[in-house]
Amino acid sequence: MRILCCVKRVPITGGRMVLTADAQAIETKHLGFTISPHEECGVEEAVRIVEASGGEVVVLTLGPDEAAEQIRDCMAIGADRGIHLVSSEEWDAQATAGAIADAIRADSENTGPFDLIVFGNESADAGGYQVGIRVAYALGLPVVTGLKGLTIDGGRARCEQEVPGGRDVYDVPLPAVVTVKEGLNLPRYPSVPAKLRAKSKPLDARPLERPASRLEKLRLVVPEGSRKQAEILGEGPGAAQRVVEVMQQLGVA
Amino acid sequence: MSVLVFLESADDELSSQALTLARSLGDVRAVTVEGPYAPAGWAAAIVEAAGGDDIVGPGSDRGNEVLAHVAAQLDLPFAANVSEVRGDELTRIRWGGTLLEEAKLHSDRRLVTAAPFAFAPASGGEEVTVLSPFPGNGVEVVDHVAPDTGGKVSLADAKVVVSGGRGVGSAEGFAILEELAALLDAAVGCSRVVTSAGWRPHSDQVGQTGTKVSPDLYIACGISGATQHIAGCKGAKALLAINADREATIFAHADYAVIGDLHEIVPAITAELRKVKGS
Repeated sequence: MRILCCVKRVPITGGRMVLTADAQAIETKHLGFTISPHEECGVEEAVRIVEASGGEVVVLTLGPDEAAEQIRDCMAIGADRGIHLVSSEEWDAQATAGAIADAIRADSENTGPFDLIVFGNESADAGGYQVGIRVAYALGLPVVTGLKGLTIDGGRARCEQEVPGGRDVYDVPLPAVVTVKEGLNLPRYPSVPAKLRAKSKPLDARPLERPASRLEKLRLVVPEGSRKQAEILGEGPGAAQRVVEVMQQLGVA
Repeated sequence: MSVLVFLESADDELSSQALTLARSLGDVRAVTVEGPYAPAGWAAAIVEAAGGDDIVGPGSDRGNEVLAHVAAQLDLPFAANVSEVRGDELTRIRWGGTLLEEAKLHSDRRLVTAAPFAFAPASGGEEVTVLSPFPGNGVEVVDHVAPDTGGKVSLADAKVVVSGGRGVGSAEGFAILEELAALLDAAVGCSRVVTSAGWRPHSDQVGQTGTKVSPDLYIACGISGATQHIAGCKGAKALLAINADREATIFAHADYAVIGDLHEIVPAITAELRKVKGS
């Protein structure tokens, strides 16, 4: 199995959204970075499949120079090599999908096609819900989204998609595109030796020019929110009586 | 301006909200699709029915998926989860609704989904045309599996959710939350820190990448209030936060606050409830 995982570098936002002065991005001076939680599960799943049956896991990202950090993180989980499309600008979903499809075609010419291409169901930050689907169309592949379960057997993928009240099941031939959700598995923590090994795995980086956005971000806005003034019911266990009174007022106790 | 609105069903809440958005954009035709779910085939039917109209869908998983297929088939931009549309400019939600983006669509046609709970449900129905799906590309639902909930109330449907975060301290620490939940016929939830640590299964996670809940009362025990978590519980009608750190962000989202150690407070609430209920 040859599996490609597409990931996106995003800040770890903590409790409050603070924007840069031009309102084009989140102020990240004091923030760490990660990949979207759904994607962490995508990488873990790909690594497990290849550990069980052999093959290769490739990680692809479109992002700034610093996104190499996230590729190395994925390599520490077990990915074998990386493709880094370098751009410091934010791309819209349509342009992102176009660039990823081009990169997949180019890589396939050199090393053969991927059997499985894995995305997160939606990115943590932009939440466009479409890049994986657009890439599938560009490559003429079937796509199943929102996976909470995946079984590869006999050149087919049994996909369990989370829906209200359970899971819908799809059975599609490989090669295919899937988008996954957190909960598909519990991603491992990388070991120190695995982090060291990750440093020497091959990483192909190439700069890309961003095309014009057809969904053009103008500015970000922090929602006003309720900014509630919580009523303090008390401190310590002595507050229990007031809590139960409130529950009764709300009609839940 | 004419608008085609895709309704997931005639009576679900998010579809009704999408209808409200669609009506604000122009003359509406409403469609739904019947048959086994096959996103590409459903999208193709909608594309044909729409002609050159704008297309609006609900901000559900399925609504976003079908509209993304529509967009890919038409090679047009698609804005998921919009909270406002002003001509060719719009506002859409990011980070599960904890941040907004103002954006401009460079397209003759608008393809959008309505962010959940950004629009009131439509008053009055609409004549709905039922479409038959086009042949898909072989990607369709072939089976359905339902989880064994063990008779417990589900997180998404519970009237009360008792939720724990890092402050609970361990998997075993959830016993006191379980006990309180049982008395309130509540579901037990947790934050992402908890599922990442393996203390609770992911199916218990409330948050941007977990379950989004809207109970009458959400009790957040030892949860700091990261945006990841707030995105999942901001739909609660009332939020009670129990936290030892009086500076915790969660208090900015809470209606009621108790300050102190949840390991003492939660059992005290349980005891008080038992006393009041006389059991």
